[in-house]
Amino acid sequence: MNDINQLGRTWSQTDPTSDLDLRLTDTCLRDGSHHKRHQFVPQEVRDIVHALDSAGIPVIEVTHGDGLGGSSFNYGFSATPEQELIKLAAETATRARIAFLMLPGVGTKDDIRAARDNGGQICRVATHCTEADTSQQHFRLARELGLETVGFLMMSHTQPPEVLAKQSRIMVDSGCQCVYVVDSAGALVMEAVADRVSAIVAEIGQEATVGFHGHENLGLGVANTVIAARAGATQIDGSVRRFGAGAGNTPLEAFIGVADKLGWRTGVDFLQIVDAAEDVIRPAMPEECTLNRMTLMMGYSGVYSSFLKHAGNAADRYGVSGAKILLEAGRRNLIGGQEDQLIDIALQLRAQS
Amino acid sequence: MKATAAIVGPGNIGTDLLFKLLRSEVIEPRWMIGVDPTSEGLELARQRGVEASHEGVDWLLKQDELPDLIFEATSAYVHREYAPRYAEAGIRAVDLTPAAVGPAVIPPVNGDEHLDAQNVNMITCGGQATIPMVYAVSRVEPVSYAEIVASVSSASAGPGTRANIDEFTRTTATGVETIGGAERGKAIIILNPAEPPLIMRDTIFCAVAPDADRDVIADSVVRMVEDVQKYVPGYRLLQEPQFDDASPATLGKTKVSIFVEVEGAGDYLPPYAGNLDIMTAAATSVGESIAVQMVKGQMTKGESL
Repeated sequence: MNDINQLGRTWSQTDPTSDLDLRLTDTCLRDGSHHKRHQFVPQEVRDIVHALDSAGIPVIEVTHGDGLGGSSFNYGFSATPEQELIKLAAETATRARIAFLMLPGVGTKDDIRAARDNGGQICRVATHCTEADTSQQHFRLARELGLETVGFLMMSHTQPPEVLAKQSRIMVDSGCQCVYVVDSAGALVMEAVADRVSAIVAEIGQEATVGFHGHENLGLGVANTVIAARAGATQIDGSVRRFGAGAGNTPLEAFIGVADKLGWRTGVDFLQIVDAAEDVIRPAMPEECTLNRMTLMMGYSGVYSSFLKHAGNAADRYGVSGAKILLEAGRRNLIGGQEDQLIDIALQLRAQS
Repeated sequence: MKATAAIVGPGNIGTDLLFKLLRSEVIEPRWMIGVDPTSEGLELARQRGVEASHEGVDWLLKQDELPDLIFEATSAYVHREYAPRYAEAGIRAVDLTPAAVGPAVIPPVNGDEHLDAQNVNMITCGGQATIPMVYAVSRVEPVSYAEIVASVSSASAGPGTRANIDEFTRTTATGVETIGGAERGKAIIILNPAEPPLIMRDTIFCAVAPDADRDVIADSVVRMVEDVQKYVPGYRLLQEPQFDDASPATLGKTKVSIFVEVEGAGDYLPPYAGNLDIMTAAATSVGESIAVQMVKGQMTKGESL
């Protein structure tokens, strides 16, 4: 086994029976929900979970893109209720644990209870990276329910490492077992990831693990993830075929190949996951997740990745530039959840033209 | 003749409320009650000639003269505990916490309905800012579903809101239904940490029938904004109401989108905290309506003697 990092942090430390250096979570059935405009149907979920589970992906996240309760005018209505999809995923998986996401202020504790009843095993609570104290009641409940917990510090590029470290402390003290540096805008560049992961590792030590969730908006998903692991992150997010918001998430199959090269154990069969990407995941995607004018703008100006489709909708509806909407969203310091403001920006741009 | 009032809870909300009540022509804020002797709110009250005590409600209830009205600006937990004692002492309560002991009131919607209630509740800041708009639509066209998105600055969200964010979404969603008039309601809250702090913004989405009369809805919205402006001058429509044709993405309904901004009066709290200002302004408005009613009742009694 090759040392991933100087700290000797590996997932098998956390779970000695796992024989894994890193534990991977595929999020195409959650983050990909944005790209899919929340239109997943049961058969797609069944097929994707089966393919990922067979290849050895240990955790599969399934929820509306904006978390439990996200089905709405503001974020888009789900074609199939997310709780049904969670249940279906839990019934289909033989080895993988099913995770779900919730954002305080959007979902509630009742949604967490329902997801647990439907077979969800890992509760991931996401807050903007300065608002961790809104997650405390949800972590406490999740632990009471016997769920494994993960905390997401979203838009981590907006705050320096020491702020993230303090916020991670709030989550861990409330029952969070793993804090993720979440690069929601795909705006973090290499060392900026390492500094943030390191600061959280230093703060929480062995009390919890650290994770990294990347986006491809500047094309750095895999590179940032490698550097996160070297800094001590042992839980890693990605989406096979990049199936996620913005330019997509860290392409998990590529990262698995890279991990093989580096001698890091992920427990996933590279050939099998590559086949799954091509034969199962790609057909469920409306189109590939690509770097283009809009998605590059998000990484460049630090805009929440799931604004992409909504900015596109508003641009079409009001005949203004989608890229300009995103730039203005960055200028206004909008954070995750404020999709409604994109319409206001489009109307303002139209009035100015 | 003014009704007398005590404010319980000398924090941000209580202090801002004090400044508003000091201007009232029908309410005299005579007591400010807290539990911390070093409270800035108590000191500010004292400077303005208001009797301030850090010995809590127990002190207040032992006084020879009791207030006609209590404005509760503590927490839901505290209010639930004390509400029965206010009732016992014959003191009417305007509750600014989410305790929901009494019926909920939104001044321009049902402000006159509960003037005799022993206890009235102000729901949430997001509810005060958005429910008038839901009602503006539902009073002219049936609303099958309404959803509100409240964005407030992180600096204006206190520890109570943060620790009980589920209470905010649930209470607001219920108000969207029961007072706003939507068959089904949903509420979303976002805390944005941007510096300088952003002014409160709210978006209200309503689902109406595809053949709903858009001009009538838009007109009703504009009229309601004017009604809210009477007690919150910084309540502004940011855009004309938007209408999206029925499609699968709108659940087969016409989607009405209303965008508002709430700038506070800056009495004690900074103007960006419109979310807090609309609470204290609404509580003042409701308290004044109750006070007018009480004073009228007492005068009638006097005449009949």
